[in-house]
Amino acid sequence: MTKKIRELPQEEYILPGTRSCAACGLMLTYRHALKALAQKKVLITVPASCMTVLHGVYPITPVKVHCINNPFAATGASSSGIVAGLRVTGKQNYKVVAFAGDGGTYDIGIQALSGALERGADFMYVCYDNEGYMNTGTQRSSASPAGMITTTTPVRTKLQQKKDMIRIVEAHNISYIATASPAYPLDLYDKFVVARDMYGPRYLEVHAPCPPGWGFSNKDMVKIGRMAVECGIHVLFEIKEGHLRLTSRSLRLGEKGTRKPIREYLSMQSRFRKITEPQIQELQELTNRRWESFLTRHDEQA
Amino acid sequence: MSRGITKILTANEAAATAAGLCRVQVIAAYPITPQTPVTEELASMVEKGELDAEYLTVESEHSAMAAVIGASQVGARAFTATSANGLLYMHEMLHWAAGSRVPLVMVCVNRGVGAPWTILNDQQDSISQRDTGWIQLYCRNSQEVMDTTIQAYKIAEKSLLPVMVCYDGFVLSHASTPVEVPPQALVDKYLPPRTEVFRIFEDGPCNLNPLILSDPRADANGELQPGYMDLRYRLHSDLLSSEEVIRASDEEFLELFGRTWGGALWLYLMDNADHAIVSMGSLASECTIAAETLRTMGYRVGVVGLRSYRPFPAKELGSALAHASGVTVMEKDVSYGYEGAVAVDLKGALFNEGLRPKLHSHVAGLGGRDIMPDEIVEVVRRDMATGPLVSWVNARL
Repeated sequence: MTKKIRELPQEEYILPGTRSCAACGLMLTYRHALKALAQKKVLITVPASCMTVLHGVYPITPVKVHCINNPFAATGASSSGIVAGLRVTGKQNYKVVAFAGDGGTYDIGIQALSGALERGADFMYVCYDNEGYMNTGTQRSSASPAGMITTTTPVRTKLQQKKDMIRIVEAHNISYIATASPAYPLDLYDKFVVARDMYGPRYLEVHAPCPPGWGFSNKDMVKIGRMAVECGIHVLFEIKEGHLRLTSRSLRLGEKGTRKPIREYLSMQSRFRKITEPQIQELQELTNRRWESFLTRHDEQA
Repeated sequence: MSRGITKILTANEAAATAAGLCRVQVIAAYPITPQTPVTEELASMVEKGELDAEYLTVESEHSAMAAVIGASQVGARAFTATSANGLLYMHEMLHWAAGSRVPLVMVCVNRGVGAPWTILNDQQDSISQRDTGWIQLYCRNSQEVMDTTIQAYKIAEKSLLPVMVCYDGFVLSHASTPVEVPPQALVDKYLPPRTEVFRIFEDGPCNLNPLILSDPRADANGELQPGYMDLRYRLHSDLLSSEEVIRASDEEFLELFGRTWGGALWLYLMDNADHAIVSMGSLASECTIAAETLRTMGYRVGVVGLRSYRPFPAKELGSALAHASGVTVMEKDVSYGYEGAVAVDLKGALFNEGLRPKLHSHVAGLGGRDIMPDEIVEVVRRDMATGPLVSWVNARL
């Protein structure tokens, strides 16, 4: 386990001059993920998304690892084809890692992802969840939380709860599932190292705060990421062979039982400025129920 | 020279056997009638250990095409097969394959598209993919399916373009006929392993298919690299040049295997013909029977069989039809709101060649509607008299 930030590899794999927004949660995620991944030969696959933009405009890229872009719906299938192609041509020492947003995972890419997980494709799939179609300007996705203003739910806010993607992924019985946050880079780094060295399908979901889409100032990106964990709306855990274990700050919150109310987290972001009292209540109850179920599963393992 | 052994095969079996002989390394496919036996045959070859390949049982055609593109991008020889709505579901990925310049081969077992559902044959599926940047080759019989599939890898890997080998569902796909299966050693000689070096495995980062601007832009060394439109032009001009590659691959095939399929097009009874039938696939075969009958009746009729629909061999068609005063186009597709797609393309080609024969566009055989040689004879006789410029043959109008 990495204990101090200075223990992380010094090498940077993303050079200055990316096209991502200031204080992008994905950007910080990718920075620490690559410190783990690029120690091995790695091939990143990316659907149409914020990540496409981050990777730069032809013929220049600020990222020091290989990347293959693929169409929006195709990430799981493209990745498994690449894995098969590498194997038959004797290049199986490459790690294939897909990075897709929540739209590319929860919505348009779910079929290809499900297929790849079910077939046991030997790859890592990372969903960076910024809770909407941020690359096209904050439209509603099935990962957007209830009560969020998006450009396609501008008046009434999103009325439905966020899809529980982890449960869908878990139903495929894969060997490794983990959540992470760029606000907890050591935990994130460690999980990418663990997943990197495993075989078969591995799924990681990273909560990626988005300043322009969520409505908070750039300087607060890490603070928002932390608050999401503090209130339990995003929970840090890993599921190895079906066994769930809370990690990092979520583990300590589980031990102390000092979660913050979600109201505090919601009030920090203008995307929730129209959320109603009943919506807050419902979201709090849902958060509590999810938290309790994770805690129970964690305790069963302990 | 060993010419192989003759087996009784359906076109589907011929296509699968050919893919095996080409030593394909990755296969990803999703079942759809009438393509299904191709996928079953290949899966069986892989599971029995007769073919050293990865077989991905993907969950859709969109994923099938995505997977073979991915495999091909990292250097594997990849294969897939589909029909009808499966091909339409791939549409986005077909553009992606051509834009990625991957040398894939796919067989399209031609079937009418829904709605409403039909499982029977016409060519609306592949014709609808005309503008995706793929080479499209149409076959007359199972031997041509076998040979064209082998040629297709040669063409694809020389041109860095994907090739669609099209043949008619049920009419060919499920009909058993004698097919000569060439010996493996001969196919190996004709088709050596893929050799291109992929930048993705060189030092330094490589970003395949990134966002690109409209105009050329300087790279890190200050050298100007193409913009979007420039890359589109390369795809287009390479597709045009592939006509010569198709011809050369067929000539080389003739030298080794003793069979030729005519390159981009073939002629039948065209000597001194003053009326020509132009067609593709198994319908073109039927047209040759009709032409024989017409010749015995005293009509000077021949057939121009279009093997390559894209690239469209415009100049060669011009030469072939230079002395025809009338042309009957028979095709199993329609460009809704206008005419048959081949007829429309052919008119454009002839216009550019300065030719103005009386050209009749006939849509036939949609969704498996029968069209017999004798009926083609009647269509041509009417065309040579005062027949309609556009018609739907055997349709209840």
